[in-house]
Amino acid sequence: MISEQLVNLSRMQFAATALYHFLFVPLTLGMVWILVIMESIYVMTGKQIYQDMTRFWGKLFGINFALGVTTGITMEFQFGTNWAYYSHYVGDIFGAPLAIEGLMAFFLESTFIGLFFFGWQRLSRQQHLLVTILMAIGSNLSALWILIANGWMQNPVGAEFNYATMRMEMTDFWTILFNPVAQAKFVHTVSAGYVTASIFVLALSSWYILKGRNVQFAKNSFRIAAAFGLASALSVIVLGDESGYTVGEAQETKLAAIEAMWHTEPAPASFNLIAMPNEREMKNDWSVQIPWVMGLIGTRSVSKQIPGIIEIKEKNRARILSGMQAVSALEAIRAQPMSAQLPELKATFDAHKADLGFGLLLKKYTDDVSQATPAQIQQAVDSTIPHVTPLFWSFRIMVGLAFLMLALFALSFWHTLKPGFESRRLWLFRWAFWMLPAPWLAAELGWFVAEYGRQPWTIYGVLPTHMSVSTLSVQSVYGSITGFVGFYTVLLIAEVYLMVKFARQGPGSLGTGRYALDVHHASHATTTSH
Amino acid sequence: MIDLIDYPTLRVIWWLLVGILLIGFAIMDGHDMGVGTLLPFVGKSDVERRVAINTIAPHWDGNQVWFITAGGAIFAAWPFVYATAFSGFYWAMMIVLWALFFRPVGFDYRSKIEHPLWRSVWDWLIFVGSFVPPLIFGVAFGNLLEGVPFHFDQNLVSTYDGSFWGLLNPFALLCGLVSSAMITLHGGVYLMHRTEGDIQRRTRQWVNLLGVLVVVLFSVAGLWVAYGLDGYSISSAINHAGFSDPLTKTVVRTPSGWLQNYSKCHWIIAFPLLGYAGMLGATWLARQGKTFLAFVCSASGLAGIIATAGVSMFPFIMPSSSDPRSSLTVWDATSSHLTLFIMLIVALIFVPIILLYTRWAYAVMRGKVTAAYIRENSHSTY
Repeated sequence: MISEQLVNLSRMQFAATALYHFLFVPLTLGMVWILVIMESIYVMTGKQIYQDMTRFWGKLFGINFALGVTTGITMEFQFGTNWAYYSHYVGDIFGAPLAIEGLMAFFLESTFIGLFFFGWQRLSRQQHLLVTILMAIGSNLSALWILIANGWMQNPVGAEFNYATMRMEMTDFWTILFNPVAQAKFVHTVSAGYVTASIFVLALSSWYILKGRNVQFAKNSFRIAAAFGLASALSVIVLGDESGYTVGEAQETKLAAIEAMWHTEPAPASFNLIAMPNEREMKNDWSVQIPWVMGLIGTRSVSKQIPGIIEIKEKNRARILSGMQAVSALEAIRAQPMSAQLPELKATFDAHKADLGFGLLLKKYTDDVSQATPAQIQQAVDSTIPHVTPLFWSFRIMVGLAFLMLALFALSFWHTLKPGFESRRLWLFRWAFWMLPAPWLAAELGWFVAEYGRQPWTIYGVLPTHMSVSTLSVQSVYGSITGFVGFYTVLLIAEVYLMVKFARQGPGSLGTGRYALDVHHASHATTTSH
Repeated sequence: MIDLIDYPTLRVIWWLLVGILLIGFAIMDGHDMGVGTLLPFVGKSDVERRVAINTIAPHWDGNQVWFITAGGAIFAAWPFVYATAFSGFYWAMMIVLWALFFRPVGFDYRSKIEHPLWRSVWDWLIFVGSFVPPLIFGVAFGNLLEGVPFHFDQNLVSTYDGSFWGLLNPFALLCGLVSSAMITLHGGVYLMHRTEGDIQRRTRQWVNLLGVLVVVLFSVAGLWVAYGLDGYSISSAINHAGFSDPLTKTVVRTPSGWLQNYSKCHWIIAFPLLGYAGMLGATWLARQGKTFLAFVCSASGLAGIIATAGVSMFPFIMPSSSDPRSSLTVWDATSSHLTLFIMLIVALIFVPIILLYTRWAYAVMRGKVTAAYIRENSHSTY
C-alpha cells in the first residue's frame, strides 16, 4: 500500500510550489494588458509620459516575471517527478494541453517579452506595440491551456478508461477544449489577474500621490488602473459566480462543502452567509442564512434541488460498492489477459466501469479491494467529502475581498472623473495602498478552494489522489521540499528587495532625467569607471 | 479523420518529432547555456560580462521554452516516458530544476544593483544554471544507453530500482561531458558571432579547446557503446499498432547490441559523421572568423550527435536493465492514436509559426553587442 506520509508530502510539495508560482502569475496576466493600454495611448497621442509609464511599470513587471518563469519550470515537470502514476493514467489527455500551451502560448509570450524589453530602439512605435500585444496574448493563452488541463481534472469529459493500457484515453478533443468548467475557470482566473495588476498599479500610484512625487505620472497610472480594475472586478465576480454554477453541475461535493450544506433542502435552498460548521455532528452550530439565494446561484432555477453532504455520501456509498466490482474484474483481467473467463470479466467490468474511480478510493485502506470490510467502506465513503470548515471560510474570505476591491475600484474610478482629484480625499489613496496584498490573498484562497475542494481526487471521480503519486521514498520528498522551500525563499527575498527598491524609486529609475529621484547621472559615472 | 495516418506511422513520426524538439532545445537553449557557462571565464570586467549576457538577453526566455515544450511534448506523446524517467531520475531532475532557477532570475536581477558582490554571485549562479543542466542531460542519455533499473507492476505503476549515485557511473559521466562540451562549444561560437575584441578573442581560445575535446569524447563514447555496452532488442513479435502496454513483449540484452541498427540500415552512419563534421567545421570556421557559418555547423553537429544516440537505440526509448520487458519503446510507450494525431496537427501548425517569429526576433536584435552599447543603455539592458 502507498504510504500515507508519501502522499501527504507530495501534496504539500505540489501545493507549496503551485501557490508560490501563483504569487507571480496573476500580476503577469493583468500587467501585460495594462502595458498594452499605456503603450496604445503612447502610440496614439505620442505623449512621452505614456512611454515612460510603459517602461517603468514594465520594469516592475519584469522583476515579477523572472520569478514567474522560474517557478513555472517546476510546474511543467513536477507531474512527472512526483505524480508519475497520475501522469501515466491521464497523460493521454492531460499532456496535450500542456504541450499546446508551450507551442501556442509560452513561445509567443517568451519570444516577444525579449523584444518588449530590448526592442525599443530597434522597432517602430507600431511594431513595438504589436510586440507588447503579442506578449499579452501569449501570456493569457497560457492561462487558457493550463486551465483547460485543470478544468479537465475538475470535470473529466471526453475520455474513457482503457484496461489494455491501464489509463484514461482521449475520445473527443473538442469536448475537452470546450469543457464548461474550463471556460468558466479561464475567464475567472484571468480576470483575477487583471484585478491583481490593477490593484498593484493603483496602490503604488496612490503611494506616489501621497508622497507628492511624480504626481502627473502617478495620476495617469491611477486612472488607467481604476478603469481597468473596475471592469475586471465586475468580470471576476460575475464569472466567479458562473464558475460556481459549473462547479455545482460538475462537482456536487465541492459545492456542498463550500456552502456547508449538510442536508438537501427543498428548492430553492437558502444561502449560509456565515456559519459555524461542525464536521463531527454534520451540522452547522449556528448560521446566518439568506433564503433562496443558494438555489438561485447553484442551479439558476427556483425548482432544482442542490444535494446536501449527507445525501451525497449515500450516493457515493452505492458507487463505491459498484466500483469494488470494477476493480476486482480489472485486476483479474490484468492478471490473466488470456483467461477463458475474459468475456465474463469484461462484461462485469464494463457494467461497473463508470464507478472504477470510486472503487479505487478503497486502495487507501486495503490492498485487496474486493475484500474491503464495512468499516473500510465507511472510511472511503467519509473520505469523499473534503473538509468543510477550511473550504467554507476560504471561499467567504475570497468573495469578501473581491467585493472590497470592487468597491475600491468603483470609488476610485468615480473619483478620477473629477479634475484635481489627486489633492482631494486622501483617505482613498491610503485605502488603495493598504489593499495591495488583497488580490494575492484572494487568488491563493481561490486555488485552495478549487484544489482542496476536489479532494479526495486528483481527477474528480476518476483517480484518487493517494494513487497518483510516484513510488518515491519519503526521505526523497522531504529532501526536495526542503530544497524548494529553501531556494524559493531566497529568491523571493531577492525579488521583494528589488521590487521595493524600484517601486520606491519610481520612474526615476529609468534614468531619463524627467522624474524625481533620477539615477542616471550617478550610475553612469560608476559604470564607466569599471 | 485520424485514419489518414495509421498508428504505427504516427508513432514513428512522434519519435522523430520528439527528437526534433530535443535537437531544437539543444540548438536554441543550448547556445544560451553555452554563453552562461563561458560567462565567468571570458568576461573579465563587469562591462564584458554584461556584453556576454546581453547577446542572449532578448532571446534566452524564448529559447528556454524549447525545454518546457520538449517536456510537454514527452508528456503528451510518451506519457510512460514522462512518468517513468522523471520520477526515476528524481534527484537528477531536482538538480536540473534548481539549477535552472538561477537563470531567469540571474539575468534579470544581476545588473539591477551596482554592488560587485551581488553581480559576481549572480554571474556564478548563471554559470551553475547554464553548466549543470546540459551535463545532467548528457548523464541521463548515458543512462538510457546503458539501460535504467526500473520495472512496472501489473497496474503499470513504475518503480525505480536503482539509486541516484548509480546514475553517476563512468559511461554516463562521459556522456555528460560530451553534452557539456558540445553545448559550450556551440554557445562559444554564438558568443563570437555577437561580440568583438577581447571577449571574442578569449572565447575563440575556448572554442578551439572544446572543439578538440568534443571530438575526442564523442569518439571514446562511441567506442564504449560499440565494444563495452550491451544493447537491447525486442525478442517477441511486435504489434506496431497495438495498445501501449510495455508488459506485452519480451526483450533480450546483447553485447554491442546498439550497433545492430547500423548493420540493418547502413546510411544512418551519416548521423555520427554529421556530428564529427559539424563540430570540426564549427571549430575551423570560428578560427577563420566565419562565425555565422560556424554556428550553422555547430548546430548541425549537435543534431548529429543527439540523433546518433536516438537512431542507435531505436525503437527503444528507455530500456530497463532490471526488468528488460518493462523497457519503453516507440511501439508501447506512446499516447493513443487520437492524441498523437491531434498533437501532430498542432505541431505542424505551430512549429513553423514559432520558427518564423523567432527568426524575426533574432533579425531585429542582430549585430554585435558592444561595451559602448551597454554604457549608453545602462538602465535598460541586463
